Amino acid sequence: MKAAVRKIVGYAGAVAILLAGWQVLAMIVDSPALPGPAPALQTFGNLFFAALLPEALVSAWRVVVSMALGTALAVPLGLVLGRSPRIDAVAAPLIFLTYPVPKIVFLPVLLVLFGIGSVPKIVLITLIVFFQILVTARDAARAIPPGSVLSVRSLGAGGTQVFRHVVVPAALPDVFTALRISTGTAIAVLFFSESIAGTDGIGYYIIDAWSRIAYRDMFAGIIAMAVLGVVLYELLEMAEARVCRWTRVGR
Amino acid sequence: MARVDVQALSVTYEGVDRRVDALHSLDLSIDDGEPIAIIGPSGCGKSTLLLATAGLVAPTSGSVRVGDEPVVGPRLHTALILQDFGLLPWKTVMHNAALGLEIRRVPAPERARLVTEALERVGLAEFANAYPGELSGGMRQRLAVARALALEADLLLMDEPLSALDALTREDLQGLLLDIWRQRGHTSVLVTHSIEEAVYLGRRVVVLTPRPGRVAAIVENPEMGDDDFRDTPAFYERCAELRRLLAAEGAFGEAAS
Repeated sequence: MKAAVRKIVGYAGAVAILLAGWQVLAMIVDSPALPGPAPALQTFGNLFFAALLPEALVSAWRVVVSMALGTALAVPLGLVLGRSPRIDAVAAPLIFLTYPVPKIVFLPVLLVLFGIGSVPKIVLITLIVFFQILVTARDAARAIPPGSVLSVRSLGAGGTQVFRHVVVPAALPDVFTALRISTGTAIAVLFFSESIAGTDGIGYYIIDAWSRIAYRDMFAGIIAMAVLGVVLYELLEMAEARVCRWTRVGR
Repeated sequence: MARVDVQALSVTYEGVDRRVDALHSLDLSIDDGEPIAIIGPSGCGKSTLLLATAGLVAPTSGSVRVGDEPVVGPRLHTALILQDFGLLPWKTVMHNAALGLEIRRVPAPERARLVTEALERVGLAEFANAYPGELSGGMRQRLAVARALALEADLLLMDEPLSALDALTREDLQGLLLDIWRQRGHTSVLVTHSIEEAVYLGRRVVVLTPRPGRVAAIVENPEMGDDDFRDTPAFYERCAELRRLLAAEGAFGEAAS
């Protein structure tokens, strides 16, 4: 309870500082392209239910599906690679070759193949999240202390049980960290792909407002996208606190 | 029945660019219900002997039998306690203690009963829902003991279980291990670096040679388990005898000799 209050106070303070900085910046720049926080927030409020929320929900759906898909594919594969030197020997070179390739360059290809709907966006974000989680899960599985595995094996655990009782829980905190980091990337890629091609989503809304020279609307959209990122990040944080409770206990 | 028979046991590890002979043709018999301690120079294969008995390391040649069965893998009523406790930080005290039973698919009500009993026995009942990270070193080791108790182990293998603890906690835990052995009468194999601990907890103390490990000497220690044995002249004599034997095996290094 106390922690929750502290968190809210912390967020309120941070928001106040950001708004103040924004205000100062807006006054210095003094351009219609950078409205101050007051008009932007006012527009945000006015447009919230009419335009922002529906677009934000479309975007949220895309990013959540992509992250879930990417995680569901990457975690099992990464853990197996991390625990099986034989499979790893085959797959690791493939990963090392493909991981540094910026997946975003495939967006045009995906647009040609899947059109301008949700599919190419989801595929692209899934691909990016997949690699980030895969590398993390693999490293986490490799770093598991042999003593943990040995003690569980001495209790009679076979391969599946070692995975269930040791490998998966041991890797979870790292996977969550990777997921939280991927949130930023995922939203950035979402914006890019929605603004390049599409007819909906908050990224499209921002670029559309920009082309209409409706800068207040554009900023309302930017705020909405920022809120989407914060909400996702916080949801992951809450999920981690629940799932990885042991990491939060003091000595 | 958990009589242990080790016959001509050799274990060779294949390293990246060399082979390590951990044990060479080691023979050892432990009676059912007998507590023995194993001591020897660092790296003499003590842990390997324990892991082979637990069924986690396969013999290169020779054999290990527990009861009437050759050891080919982890056995139902063998419990292994490791130096770093072998606890899983993501499981609560209760779930850590229940892990062996869970893996062996013991039904939940039975599991709960055994775990509650075991935790009470080691004095951790009120910490059932804590995580290992919240416990002190001594309490964690108690938890490791509780896990072995919950398994109703008739063979308890311990690899330097107390070496990470401070002196007072260590004596406290030695007392607990002795009490539990006197109560249950299981076969007990304790690998230790401490001469006093070996004499306190081993009815026979097995001295191993430097690697590859073989049995260098066996010291009979019939007073083990007597009340206040630790304060008797016999205890000190036994320790002195072991110290001499270990020095002869080069256990104290060249600088100390």
